[in-house]
Amino acid sequence: MSAEEQIISVVLGTLAGTGARLFMLRIDYRQYPSYPQGLTIHIALGAIAGFLGAVAAPAIMEREFAAATFLALAATQFREVRNMERQTLMNLEESELVPRGLAYIEGIARVFEARNYLAMFTALVASTSVVVVSLLGGAMWICAAIGALLALVTMLVLKPGVEGPHVGDLVEVELAPIEFDGPLLTVGGVVLMNVGLKEARERYLEDGLGVIMTPKGPNAKATMANIGQRQAIAHDASTLVGVTKEIDEPHFTPLVRRDAKSGRVVLAIIPGEKSPQALLEAVRRVPVLEAAVRKPTLSVAGKMVD
Amino acid sequence: MQVDLTHAILAIVTGVSEEGSVEPGGTAPVFHVGDEEERERVAKYIGTVTLGSVHDLRNGTYLIVKH
Repeated sequence: MSAEEQIISVVLGTLAGTGARLFMLRIDYRQYPSYPQGLTIHIALGAIAGFLGAVAAPAIMEREFAAATFLALAATQFREVRNMERQTLMNLEESELVPRGLAYIEGIARVFEARNYLAMFTALVASTSVVVVSLLGGAMWICAAIGALLALVTMLVLKPGVEGPHVGDLVEVELAPIEFDGPLLTVGGVVLMNVGLKEARERYLEDGLGVIMTPKGPNAKATMANIGQRQAIAHDASTLVGVTKEIDEPHFTPLVRRDAKSGRVVLAIIPGEKSPQALLEAVRRVPVLEAAVRKPTLSVAGKMVD
Repeated sequence: MQVDLTHAILAIVTGVSEEGSVEPGGTAPVFHVGDEEERERVAKYIGTVTLGSVHDLRNGTYLIVKH
């Protein structure tokens, strides 16, 4: 393998890895990773991951097994990415009007770690294909073209895989009025909290919106029971449609509670903008947390219950 | 490290002390206010100051709780 081929394999692999990381990095409503510092961190890490993946195949070709082993060791350092994200988000938690909750943070941190491995894998595919094609006697431009093509295919195949299901896939979402049984705030017959102040109750009746989420099956019911999942719904809903609350008004904190009998989950919120359809859409788009997913029907006992 | 008090009753606002009322508590100060409207106002103000939630027990008693 010539020096040029080695360079092509490493450069193409690194570019493919960085490209894959950029492709999976979305700056959306969550503003996380935050622009531009957070973005810089993740692109840099993506480039490093890409380089690690890219060097592996040429290193083995040169019989540099020590180098290849060392690379495998370096790859484990990406576990730190998860710790870094978790730490950052936990530190920010106190400054959130409606906290994300630990389960959501853990989910986000895992996604960041996983995406670096995917960037590394894409780089590995690109550089390995360059090495293989050059061994088969392909011209240099053919090596590069095939490497780039396979990297692109890998990216496109992996992309949908890293996006999990959304709450809308698990439950039927519908609006419901907020009602009061004395001081007890209820939505669809489920008690959410005791609101002691008359004026707070009046504001709920005037501006509040209630949402009922009916699980589509036993698996969805078990998943939606997770407290972290419910907090994620409250957080995302209040991020998307806004929330009318100050720190000295804890009674306006959006809450998500569950009807233990039916498994239905309800949300009460005073949105910043009273747009019922937007709220429903926001709830549907909340990601299902990896840590919350339960699938009892995959077991024998679960099937018997169903 | 920040230490916070949570899940605790911070104050109790109730009617004028009479037979059958619970005294003197011990965990939280008890505010006796005769007038119903005035009682709600006191409960609201304590809630604002302590960042606690005001809960109504419907017997003229309000609890201010830190969640």
